[in-house]
Amino acid sequence: MQLKALFLIFLSGLSAAAVLPEDRADLLYHRYEGGGMTIQGPSVLVRKSVKEKVSVSANYYVDKVSAASIDVLTSASPYEEERKQKSVGVGLLSGKAIYSFGYTASDESDYSARTYSFGASQDFFGDLTTVSFGYAQGDDDVSRSGDPFFSEEAKRRHFRFGLTQVLTKTWLAALSHEAITDEGFLNNPYRSVRYETGTGYSFQAENYPNTRTSEATALRSSHYLPWRAALHAEYRRFEDSWGIESSDWGFRFVQPVGKHWEAELRYREYEQTAADFYSDLFPFQDAQNFLARDKELSTFDSTSLGVALSWEFYRNRSRFLERMAIRVSVDDYRFDYKDFRDIRVTGVPPGAEPLYSFDAQVTQVLLSAWY
Amino acid sequence: MKLLSFLAIIFLLSGCAPKPWVKPYERARLADPIMSLNPHPASGSYEHHVRQAREGARGAEGGAGGGCGCN
Repeated sequence: MQLKALFLIFLSGLSAAAVLPEDRADLLYHRYEGGGMTIQGPSVLVRKSVKEKVSVSANYYVDKVSAASIDVLTSASPYEEERKQKSVGVGLLSGKAIYSFGYTASDESDYSARTYSFGASQDFFGDLTTVSFGYAQGDDDVSRSGDPFFSEEAKRRHFRFGLTQVLTKTWLAALSHEAITDEGFLNNPYRSVRYETGTGYSFQAENYPNTRTSEATALRSSHYLPWRAALHAEYRRFEDSWGIESSDWGFRFVQPVGKHWEAELRYREYEQTAADFYSDLFPFQDAQNFLARDKELSTFDSTSLGVALSWEFYRNRSRFLERMAIRVSVDDYRFDYKDFRDIRVTGVPPGAEPLYSFDAQVTQVLLSAWY
Repeated sequence: MKLLSFLAIIFLLSGCAPKPWVKPYERARLADPIMSLNPHPASGSYEHHVRQAREGARGAEGGAGGGCGCN
């Protein structure tokens, strides 16, 4: 009995006091398919701590894109490209505080991004409360394929604040807030808007403002259920200086089955309003200073439903390898646009085309090893 | 407002910080891996990336962070 109590104290010490992330290696295969796009690739993440005071991590991530989306089909030619992202991070544990530093480099043929980040978190009040803050800065270089004279830049700054609170023996809640400011070339150099010509419609290049500021606040709650299962719920609100407002909510139910299996069911709903300068069809050319017809800036809602199953197939607590598991997940997304029309449909007056919608499937296979 | 700030400072200085109402030995369930907000970081950051690329909203995703690194 005493041993059990000691074990529980040890376990709780691991959870509540500041601890570095676990030592693990992950190999992920990810695939997104929907709306004419197929994006797939691997992601490898390795984390290792040194003397339980320092944790280092490295991530290599690839997106291999094969694009024939509605935007591509209506104003360009289908294309293929690849984005590679490399990240390194360091976490330092000092008393009840963790300091973290990160660097990410993302490269594709016409876009490169460098992000530097810093964060700190500290436990308070008998380790029931964790306060964290973070800052990240991104420098992006934008080019346009086939146009050697096109060269633009964008700067991004992220400010994050988080508060995690133990409420009861079985309930945790977390509040997080993030403000992001962007400055520079923020639109897509290939995308165009359409406008009425009197006899039909034509296209001109998009033009976005050079600055954008956004605020997002999220509340998350995690409940441990009496029969050993967990229910995670979250709600987030977002607004930005372009006039977009959004909210989303979702839940994730995690159910262990036996000693080696774990099932997960998740659902999410998202809705947003359009940017002030968005229109599916402008009344004439140069109708206003800023012009957008990017469906990500339109009014739409989306839902996603997913399941995941993991199997721990090795547990040996050997000195070098503690356990291994494989996890497969499938998510089904549905996007319904409220003011973005499917202009592949012809033979109707401009602006009378049916509204666009599409489904997408996201598949992940994750192989993990803890050591 | 000034009075509230004054009282808050006195409260903190007096060492009257609330006593932990969930004792360390009562936190075993909270420590269960199924309670983790971001149990699989590689998968979590991929899912954030999938949403960020298709939604106007961004930020406060929790767990993984460090920027999207994409346009």
